[in-house]
Amino acid sequence: MPLTLTAEDRETLAGNRGAAAAFAMRLMVRFADAMGAPALLDITGAHIDGCLYHGQVSLDFVEHALRLGGRVRVPTTLNVGLIDLIHPELFKGPRETAVAATRVMQAYEQLGCHPTYTCAPYQTLFKPRFGDQIAWAESNAIVFANSVIGARTNRYGDFLDLAAALTGRAPAYGLHLTENRRARLVFEITDVPAGWDRERLAIAAGVSIGERAGDTVSVIRGLSPQTTEDDLKALGAVAASAGGVALFHAVGLTPEAPTLDAALQGHAPDAVVRLTADNLKAAIARLSTAAPGARLTAVSLGTPHFSGAEFARLLPLVAGVMFKVPVYISAGRDTWAGLEASGARAQLMAAGVVPVVDTCTYVSTVTCGLAGTVMTNSGKWAWYAPGNLGVEVAYGSLADCVRSAIAGRVVMTEAAV
Amino acid sequence: MTDATLTGMALVDGDAAGLVACLAEPLSFWGGFDAATGTVIDRRHPDHGLCLTGRIVVMAAARGSSSGSSVLAEAIRSGTAPAGFVLSTRDAILTVGAQVALELYGRACPIAVVSPAQLACFARWTGLRLDCRNGRATIEEHTVGAPLSPK
Repeated sequence: MPLTLTAEDRETLAGNRGAAAAFAMRLMVRFADAMGAPALLDITGAHIDGCLYHGQVSLDFVEHALRLGGRVRVPTTLNVGLIDLIHPELFKGPRETAVAATRVMQAYEQLGCHPTYTCAPYQTLFKPRFGDQIAWAESNAIVFANSVIGARTNRYGDFLDLAAALTGRAPAYGLHLTENRRARLVFEITDVPAGWDRERLAIAAGVSIGERAGDTVSVIRGLSPQTTEDDLKALGAVAASAGGVALFHAVGLTPEAPTLDAALQGHAPDAVVRLTADNLKAAIARLSTAAPGARLTAVSLGTPHFSGAEFARLLPLVAGVMFKVPVYISAGRDTWAGLEASGARAQLMAAGVVPVVDTCTYVSTVTCGLAGTVMTNSGKWAWYAPGNLGVEVAYGSLADCVRSAIAGRVVMTEAAV
Repeated sequence: MTDATLTGMALVDGDAAGLVACLAEPLSFWGGFDAATGTVIDRRHPDHGLCLTGRIVVMAAARGSSSGSSVLAEAIRSGTAPAGFVLSTRDAILTVGAQVALELYGRACPIAVVSPAQLACFARWTGLRLDCRNGRATIEEHTVGAPLSPK
């Protein structure tokens, strides 16, 4: 079906809303055409991943939009960048890279984007509401917005995220449309390994869904009724890493799945996948390359960015302790600012926490030279780190990560192994 | 000299010719392809180590992170990218990367989409020529060494 543009879209394309909007609309139209979208639709917000420097093109693109007089038309948040703009001296890399990467981040701010610098924009004031049409980039943000909030976005990427923000439009296809949000695959947790908490169960489910579902929409049944928003965040993040998952439903937990039938929109599923205790244990085991007892070089928390609720769980665990290895925690600058005011940030740093702000432990050279074995409570971090950073990794719960950081070696409670 | 022609859909316009690089599995450009050297760096990928610069990459789909758009655009800018792509799915990540490079630098990296059955044919071709314009792609077998004449 050919793409039909509104009169307003055509005016934007013709340059009536400025040269930058026309440039963005040209990209949007070509993309929508390529995807076979029949039309564009209005969005209420955008989240941009393009502020992370990937080379000269990252700078050329945003400078081009700025030179053309660009201004975002909807509230737009920014994902992490390469540089901690609050503590730029922490960057350990070539000076030219620091200059270019900083300029990229500043240029996006000049276009009117909010300097949130977080991969968890759903923790900010810009959290969308159920049913909102949005254009988000960054895989964990996308899967959270779709699944946990019930907002609607496709998996948008670099460049198109800004094109959407500059035009306030997105292609009307895929997950923007109700019929494409129905689950095709059912994951049924048949039994849970003894002693497992809801956090570990959510991660194991996420690995299983990612590996089996790819980018097919799925619904999962059998998670703990106490599953929190942070558990669902962790589930979605690892599912989006192990597969291209952009939307999952969880019966009784996510807004489009009050019942199994609601998630299936009344259709029969293409397949039902049973997850046994053995399947779940195997999924968790695939996240670790290091064994219990291995000497640790660091602990990494906050992928996706640590929430206020996660800090509230962590704080009692660090009271009066001293870590043997650095504990990196990535969180949004607003979250850190809140902790500073309450004195919690100082308490964490006294124990050996290294705050990571505006950036992320994968991409940031703040953690440059990380080697050996690193422990994490993030399924996503565990999934990528051996390939991206060349480290050995041990996955464990938040409590096990704290115990391990104190011991300086991988400690896992009995239920975990 | 050409002995076979297929048609498909053009996602990104342009004209290209080169040796075929038929990838055994979908490749993620972010984390899987190095824009500095043009090679496949995903250690889990069967074509790990293969240089894609100047090749026509034939694969069912791309895979993975949305940052792949930037990696492809950066490779097109710096001259390490494939000459073009033939896929059997409409891929948003590569399409955006190639379109941006075309807009910013005027450098074409055409992308065509064919049926999965047609895609399988290319495994037997050593070189091909890709002509993408106005949404339509013409794909011809291209004998390596033959000049790429403008149409």
